[in-house]
Amino acid sequence: MNEKDLQVFVDGTVHYFSQLSAEPPVVDAPYLLEDKSEVLDYTGAIGVSGAEKGYVFFTASRNMLTDLLHNLGEPQARRAEYRDLVCEVANTISGNARRAFGSNFVISVPFVLDDGSEPEIPRESKSFVIPIVWSSHKAFLIIALQS
Amino acid sequence: MNAPLKVSGLKVLIVDDSLIIRRTIQRQLDENAVSEVAMASNGVEALQLFRQQEPDIVTLDITMPKMDGLTCVEEMLRINSEARILVISALADKRTALDALKRGAQAFLCKPFTPDELREVFQELLEP
Repeated sequence: MNEKDLQVFVDGTVHYFSQLSAEPPVVDAPYLLEDKSEVLDYTGAIGVSGAEKGYVFFTASRNMLTDLLHNLGEPQARRAEYRDLVCEVANTISGNARRAFGSNFVISVPFVLDDGSEPEIPRESKSFVIPIVWSSHKAFLIIALQS
Repeated sequence: MNAPLKVSGLKVLIVDDSLIIRRTIQRQLDENAVSEVAMASNGVEALQLFRQQEPDIVTLDITMPKMDGLTCVEEMLRINSEARILVISALADKRTALDALKRGAQAFLCKPFTPDELREVFQELLEP
């Protein structure tokens, strides 16, 4: 993944949150994942195959997910909704990346990691973290892909 | 706030593996209208409900377990060639959208979508 590729995910994240709310997110510059501390309350994951291989993870705090659900008009904010939403965010940002990468960026059905558990990232992948702040809450998009 | 979409008398089948997306789409349908809404979380369940309910409009995700949405489009149109199918997917590449339309879907809407975008595409589907 180079800077231009990562920008696709940055743009996708901004687009997602901007569509859902009048308040755009603040997405900071991606950095190399050194340790695995960037895991928040709930994590959704997408497996990627084709031209790129690996995973895209979206991990967010319960508070951010509650606010996102509220913006979606969801009356309920429980564990089932949090798990569903992190998957849907990971799915949407990854699927939207095909606008730039094309149909050879093949994405899996999303899956949720057990609450609070760390993603298993292949050692050979150089992984990047994209920090997101929205409505004063934080989340991370973790891009663990190799060509 | 815009009025919800009037789908009086129509039967709608909403297919998406995300519970939140299914509910989001359902909320855009007029709650007071005489309409039936069925929901499915994967393509196999969708086909079963499609045969049972004979919906007038189907919204269909693509990336789903058991059977993907594009395969579903073809199967549904084999059952009822008049079915109106709206594919709603995060897969934003042109090839996927064209593929869905080639297989017989009437429209393609990319996620994330706004309520207005969903309303507009539903209106187009309802036009004779």
